[in-house]
Amino acid sequence: MIEQIFFYMFSAVLLVSACMVITARNPVHSVLFLILAFLNAAALFVMAGAAFLAMVLVIVYVGAVAVLFLFVVMMLDVDFIALREGFQKFLPLGLTVGFVLMAEIGLSLAGFEASGTMRLAAATHRVAGLSDAASIGDLLYTRYLYVFELAGLLLVIAMIGAIVLTLTEGARPRRQDLARQHDRPIADTLTLVKPVIGAGIAPLPAREDVP
Amino acid sequence: MSHGSLNAYLVVGSLLLVIGIFGIFLNRKNVIVIMMSIELILLAANLNFVAFSSALHDMVGQIFTMFVLAVAAAEAAIGLAIVVVYFRNRGSIEVDDVTLMKG
Repeated sequence: MIEQIFFYMFSAVLLVSACMVITARNPVHSVLFLILAFLNAAALFVMAGAAFLAMVLVIVYVGAVAVLFLFVVMMLDVDFIALREGFQKFLPLGLTVGFVLMAEIGLSLAGFEASGTMRLAAATHRVAGLSDAASIGDLLYTRYLYVFELAGLLLVIAMIGAIVLTLTEGARPRRQDLARQHDRPIADTLTLVKPVIGAGIAPLPAREDVP
Repeated sequence: MSHGSLNAYLVVGSLLLVIGIFGIFLNRKNVIVIMMSIELILLAANLNFVAFSSALHDMVGQIFTMFVLAVAAAEAAIGLAIVVVYFRNRGSIEVDDVTLMKG
């Protein structure tokens, strides 16, 4: 019973914040609602018995992806008001497509009959007695090793691609050039002045406010 | 829990998917919100994977969810890099202008 209450609470917050993501006026609010949606989805993952994946979701999405979005939204000086011009124009089309899709999914869900053996509980693996993180590792590093390495390769390619795309020539930070520093003649950098005692370095400007 | 719970997860997942697709239609000009909508769609897929993994007592669904997470992270990084480069070149991120990129 209490489980159901929590399920409905988390899914309600998830769906409402997903709606806020796509309708919020300020994109920073969109990103913050996206974070809220991810946190609630992580809670739903925990309720489905996938605690490790919930932690991965929080770390990867809330910690990296959402912050990346926030970074880009705040870094780019975009006129977001102008970007909302088509909002009213596309609303009927979007609503139509949404309702048609929802009706189709609803029909197929209504025809879906969960078989008697389906019970929502902590997923088990062929090795009994392992926690879900341990059994994910047990599968990931044995049967799905090549796919796992492919995922790593994909992430490396994505990282290199992002760096190559955004790196600009000529905008590098200033570096210390030791050879150039040492090659400068002293005459360029230093002049020796012999001041007359009591005259000061330069004549002082006259001050009117001194009585 | 009974198997009604699996249906509840599927309903939440499909609603999330529809909200994501609706978001793509609604924010046709703003690339960043479109990318957030894509993240919502992938999240809906992940929710379905986890629910079925739980219901069928099979860890493979959760393994696949991890791969989906990796692909989504890569997609977000590349997509945002493209947005940054595009903004640097044109001073705006309107999707309608992207047709200028062809050829």
